[in-house]
Amino acid sequence: MKSHLLPEFYVERIESRCNKCGVCVKQCPWGVYSWDEEGKEILIDYTKCVGCQRCVIYCPNKALIVKPYEGSYRPNAYWTREVISDIKKQAEQGGVILIGTGSDKPYKVYFDHILLNASQVTNPSIDPLREPMELRTFIGRKPDRLEIDPDDFEIKTEITPNLVIETPIMFAGMSYGAISYNAFLSLAMASKEFGTKFCTGEGGLPKDMREEYGEVAIVQCASGRFGVDPEYLNCACAIEIKIGQGAKPGIGGHLPGEKVSKKISETRMIPEGTDALSPAPHHDIYSIEDLAMLIYALKEATDYEKPVFVKIAAVHNVAAIASGIVRAGADAIVIDGFRGGTGATPKVMRDHVGIPIEMAIAVVDQRLREEGIRHKCSIIASGGIRCSADVVKAIALGADAVYIGTAALIAMGCTMCQKCYTGKCSWGICTQDENLAKRLNPKVASKRLVNLLRAWSLEIKEMMGAMGINAIESLRGNREHLRGIGLEDWELRILGIKGAGEGYEYRGD
Amino acid sequence: MLKDPYLDGVRSVEELLGYVDFEDGTAIIDAKDLKHKELNDLMKECVLRGASRLILKNVCGQRYIGSRLFFNPPKRVEIEIYGTPGNDLGAFLAGHRIIVYGNAQDGVGNTMDDGEIVVHGRAGDVVAMCMRGGKIFIRDYVGYRCAIHMKGYKDKVPTLVIGQTAQDFLGEYMAGGRVIVLGIGIERHRCYYIGTGMHGGVMYIGGKVEKHQLGREVGVVEMDEEDWKFLEDVVKEYCKNFEMEGKEDEILGKKFSKLIPVSKRPYGRVYSY
Ligand code: SF4
Ligand code: SF4
Repeated sequence: MKSHLLPEFYVERIESRCNKCGVCVKQCPWGVYSWDEEGKEILIDYTKCVGCQRCVIYCPNKALIVKPYEGSYRPNAYWTREVISDIKKQAEQGGVILIGTGSDKPYKVYFDHILLNASQVTNPSIDPLREPMELRTFIGRKPDRLEIDPDDFEIKTEITPNLVIETPIMFAGMSYGAISYNAFLSLAMASKEFGTKFCTGEGGLPKDMREEYGEVAIVQCASGRFGVDPEYLNCACAIEIKIGQGAKPGIGGHLPGEKVSKKISETRMIPEGTDALSPAPHHDIYSIEDLAMLIYALKEATDYEKPVFVKIAAVHNVAAIASGIVRAGADAIVIDGFRGGTGATPKVMRDHVGIPIEMAIAVVDQRLREEGIRHKCSIIASGGIRCSADVVKAIALGADAVYIGTAALIAMGCTMCQKCYTGKCSWGICTQDENLAKRLNPKVASKRLVNLLRAWSLEIKEMMGAMGINAIESLRGNREHLRGIGLEDWELRILGIKGAGEGYEYRGD
Repeated sequence: MLKDPYLDGVRSVEELLGYVDFEDGTAIIDAKDLKHKELNDLMKECVLRGASRLILKNVCGQRYIGSRLFFNPPKRVEIEIYGTPGNDLGAFLAGHRIIVYGNAQDGVGNTMDDGEIVVHGRAGDVVAMCMRGGKIFIRDYVGYRCAIHMKGYKDKVPTLVIGQTAQDFLGEYMAGGRVIVLGIGIERHRCYYIGTGMHGGVMYIGGKVEKHQLGREVGVVEMDEEDWKFLEDVVKEYCKNFEMEGKEDEILGKKFSKLIPVSKRPYGRVYSY
């Protein structure tokens, strides 16, 4: 069938700069460039271009420009180009449209409608360069009360295991399978170096990484139970039960067969080349009681030494669900907003299901406080955290820490081309092709990740200092430091914050 | 204050030692009155004190029996259970042998890694879910959603043997391993959606199953010599486990269907790129 799709990108080669070195031909896995032996020419088929910009960065002569294809249908605010293209694609192929990364739709970004506070005159700001600033965060259940021995000042209360991280930022679950071994290793290396943790996602933890990186690995137990063996659980620092994911709430995982290489087949224990299917629900969990059963099964299997997280997608009834999860015995709850990334999801799920992370954190924190169980469980906000200000806002709304996924991939090289499900990632991140994966050097990539963590941590300290806060603990759920702008009353109410210009109200004592 | 049904009131191991009788390498534990965690704490303590055989008496609904016994370097223990063990018996099991003299509840061998579970009776739902290795023998029948997403790789081939029959969704999403339903005393199996979404592994079902009881992703193929040889071994082991020696020929003397996935990518065609 002739395809009626318009090209997405246009590739311009500046003839006077190009010396026909052929680098672009080698760098592009999408087949855009080819070398014409007869005419001694670089040939360009821009219809295949996905806009990953790999060739642009690697062209030694800066001779390439890749830009969105300018030709268009008659502009229409309702029948947009994307809508028309999707219909044509489905008319040609008759299937569910797959896509990678988080939703790119122009829904309101609440982070961008929230402003932070700073101290002026009445309480002094703190200079983070000269005064101690505490970013260290403890993830896990806290006791109802602390009993201290008056004689030797030792804590008498039994404390359940907590994770200690040096900055309130961890790397979100991205499986070995969805991402390459090198990308996976880079996350582990960076976590170890910086003093934070990374989540393995649901593809297991390769045996050769367990001894060195187990202590920084939060191992996931998802509905497919890929790679879940007793040693995997016991070598880790924490376990995460994955119920759902922001990019695809309510549906199972799907690692396309293209990415199930020999090594992936070994860690997941499924035949090579099959689609790795994670069922939509865990078939042993149909209720909160069943969830409790799995939480305690995992605690049993690890001698009650590790915190158990439960990860859910931010959906309409998130607060009530979160309350159930805490009651089921989780030590931390991970909430993944609808902007959360993915290696592969049906586009319709990614773009139309779930709620924004900002609102989800606010309502969960509020609900758990009202029920007097907020201390039983840490809240980890995930899904679309783009910068240090998002981290600070998420924590002030009620999170203990955040997970970053997409931002970490971007730090390693990702340019958000959204083609992760094809297995051809030109940056060597979302691929199992040995030659492509080689492009990512774990030493360099982990350095980039460490730099990012360092940069954000410094910025967080600056923002906290300006507010006159010297420990991240005092920021958590401190909504008095947030003000909304351009928000309706109901939005302010859900977020639990005042509008810009509304001052602190003294309510008497 | 929030109550924790699993942990509230759990006694320390020292307080529990009175429930154990130790006799050269064998620990006899009276599980009456013990909570889930108490029983597992005690079992671990006994193994650390040198027991290689644990006999659990008066078991009544305690969960996760055997799940705690992960040791590095590995230890192999034999566990005999009298009574009815609770859900998730042998979940994540790391190579031990568990024999149940009685029935078992839901989740037997959940994500079990290695070892053997033998149940002298029936078992509930989700038996052998995501099982990765080892063997499970259930003398009678099992409930719904058994062998879901069982896996396998090279020499790690989990095996689930069911004496009589199973309920719906047997072998759903199955990605590896072997499921054998012997159909002893069963005229016609009544389960539906067998092998829905199956993309690896194999199932052998003795007795009558109709095409409409199978998921769309499975195909029935002829049994070859190797299949019969394998079945013979399984039946021999089954009869040995349940003291039914001599019944082998009778069990094998019926029609067996071999079920395998029709595609490695059952859902590959529902996507557009
Ligand atoms: S990489 Fe740049 S200089 Fe080399 S052939 Fe391609 S466009 Fe020309
Ligand atoms: S990870 Fe690779 S394939 Fe996925 S969006 Fe980033 S650059 Fe594209």
